[in-house]
Amino acid sequence: MSLPFIMVLAMGVLFASGIYLMLERSLTRVLLGFILLGNGANLLLILTAGKGSSPLTDGKHLSTAGMSDPLPQALILTAIVITFAVTAFLLAMIYRSWRLVRADSLQDDAADLQVAITKMIDSEAEASTDYDDTEFGDEAESPITGAVDLDDDGTPKERDAEVDDPPADHAHDRERSDPGGGPRSTASAGDADDDEDGTTETEEKR
Amino acid sequence: MIDILPTLVPLPVLLPLIGAGLALVLSKHSRAQNLVSILTLSAVMIIAFILLFGVDSNGPQVVAIGGWQPPVGIVLVADRLSALMLVVSSLVTLCVLVYALSQDANDDSNETPISVFNPSYLVLCAGVANAFLAGDLFNLYVGFEMFLLASYVLLTLGATAERIRAGVTYVVVSLVSSVIFLTAIGIIYAATGTVNMAQLSERIGDLPADVQMILHVLLLLGFGIKAAIFPLSFWLPDSYPTAPAPVTAVFAGLLTKVGIYAIIRTETLLFAESSLRVPLLIAAALTMLIGILGAIAQSEIKRIVSFTLVSHIGYMLFGVALGTSVGLSAAIYYTVHHIIVQTALFLAIGMVEMRGGSTSTRSLGGLMVLSPALSIIFFIPALNLSGIPPFSGFIGKVALFAAGFSDHDWLAISLIVAGTLTSLLTLYVIGRTFNLAFWRDPADAEEPNEGLVSEFSERKKTLLAGKTWKSQIGVPGPMVAATSAVVLASIILTIGAAPLWDLSNRAADNLQTPINYVSTVLGGDDS
Repeated sequence: MSLPFIMVLAMGVLFASGIYLMLERSLTRVLLGFILLGNGANLLLILTAGKGSSPLTDGKHLSTAGMSDPLPQALILTAIVITFAVTAFLLAMIYRSWRLVRADSLQDDAADLQVAITKMIDSEAEASTDYDDTEFGDEAESPITGAVDLDDDGTPKERDAEVDDPPADHAHDRERSDPGGGPRSTASAGDADDDEDGTTETEEKR
Repeated sequence: MIDILPTLVPLPVLLPLIGAGLALVLSKHSRAQNLVSILTLSAVMIIAFILLFGVDSNGPQVVAIGGWQPPVGIVLVADRLSALMLVVSSLVTLCVLVYALSQDANDDSNETPISVFNPSYLVLCAGVANAFLAGDLFNLYVGFEMFLLASYVLLTLGATAERIRAGVTYVVVSLVSSVIFLTAIGIIYAATGTVNMAQLSERIGDLPADVQMILHVLLLLGFGIKAAIFPLSFWLPDSYPTAPAPVTAVFAGLLTKVGIYAIIRTETLLFAESSLRVPLLIAAALTMLIGILGAIAQSEIKRIVSFTLVSHIGYMLFGVALGTSVGLSAAIYYTVHHIIVQTALFLAIGMVEMRGGSTSTRSLGGLMVLSPALSIIFFIPALNLSGIPPFSGFIGKVALFAAGFSDHDWLAISLIVAGTLTSLLTLYVIGRTFNLAFWRDPADAEEPNEGLVSEFSERKKTLLAGKTWKSQIGVPGPMVAATSAVVLASIILTIGAAPLWDLSNRAADNLQTPINYVSTVLGGDDS
């Protein structure tokens, strides 16, 4: 069985570019990547046909000589229909995603980020206990440029603006008020003011 | 009796599809729609039980669809393994349906459009049944696609921002697994000239070893993504927890196990001779350990349980990878146990969400006092999952470890160590969750829920005064009944462990001698 080289090459290119596009964060590119990948697989199905059985005829009225194996064509028809349906569904989902968040990119999982941020805050808090005593004060709160801007209790400011309930402040006060923390309690009061400023700022931005 | 059996084989696929069509037609009349769905799935459950008993006493049943005989036509094959999986899946899907319908009837917000839920749920059931019964690789692919497409719809029900976000990950990852599977089918057809599994079983052995290895790895990759085996499991905890509780329950219970079922078939029927024992065992160990370590870091109960789901897939893979008859039957027993327990847990979590307003261990508390029945319903499957002695989880794990010991191999022994460690860590995670959500005073929570706090103090006062007390927030009766039924099924697995264990032994023996399967399927050729 010999395969036309150009078709095999086309199949390889379809697979490669499909996988490349699917690795992007942009959803439209992921969709395009899937279409290419799906068509690559379909092309593979039709190319590899040949070793199977011949068509089902009684052999009296119709010779099967020179006829291709019909099974891969049945398989590829099914596969094309499935690819088509899934593409339609993906398109609808991407459109919905765009309507909701106005972005054509894969969104991060908020709960996942929450876990990552909590761990980061914990280790930071343990590493620098005398943090508030430095003269840099609050400016050093977020030393990494471009990092998510956090409140003291580890939630991103954006989220805090939405929740903004008294119990959260309560818990955060309790965490902070350890014995012998006279100056710290004032510091935390100052922080709380900052928090409010922060929330109003984000609200204004909206 | 024997004559009826072949007629019954296609029904678990056909009935839900017909039901789905009817449900679509009846989408304006939600009561009639619900009735159709429940009747369909009840009928499927009864048929599945008859099939299991029939197949167990009369041997595998083969049905050639459309009258074309096996090498040409598509066959549906019901042997002991597929019949057993059908029974468990139909039981679980029926209970979850009752739960979902009663939850929806009580949901004022009407967030989920029920007219879409019913048909897609039935298509999901048909797809799962088709995957279990398929005697043909391409038909298996079609079964996968049926339940995957239905699951895309179910996962994004209501199309809220959070569900769409989770849905994108889920859909794209599933698509990749489907394309890998399809590619594998194409190459297998090119190499052997057939996609009938019985014929493949005969022909694959004649291929060169390296070709066999490529085909083997491709198939395992496709199924491994579906089954959430470690390096391929990242998508699961990301996407499952956002779906509605009953949907998550049926996904967690069933869909990953369809992947495991497909892996069992691949390992025993198609590639009985070429073995990937060592890589599979290592993947099993990593799945167990990394899954459970992920669970420790989480604070959302749904996410915690999703991570334990990933982790416990490792146990089933362990049994399959051993490749011995004992290992396989332990894996089958564990799969049955895990489907039921995982579904029960997610259903219970759905009720926790309804009762406590969230599923975060940062805000829950006091449910033990507020809702003792719910805490029992959660507690039993939770203990069962972590393998505490009287329950089926313990029996399954002991069977797996015994199978590992009989292998006399350092790798199998280290798997047993990993399994024990995972089991203990599961107990730790589950215990912590139970402490936080059920035992502590809700006022002690990091982000206390005011409703729970006030209710808790009120409840305490009435308790001290010795008065009776009626809760304001109730969980609908059918939901409790459906969850209790699943929990009861898990207890029956414990009490009735001996017959089930014998059955999985016989199923494993069937799998170990693929020649019987082959001759039954291709034997129809002559008649």
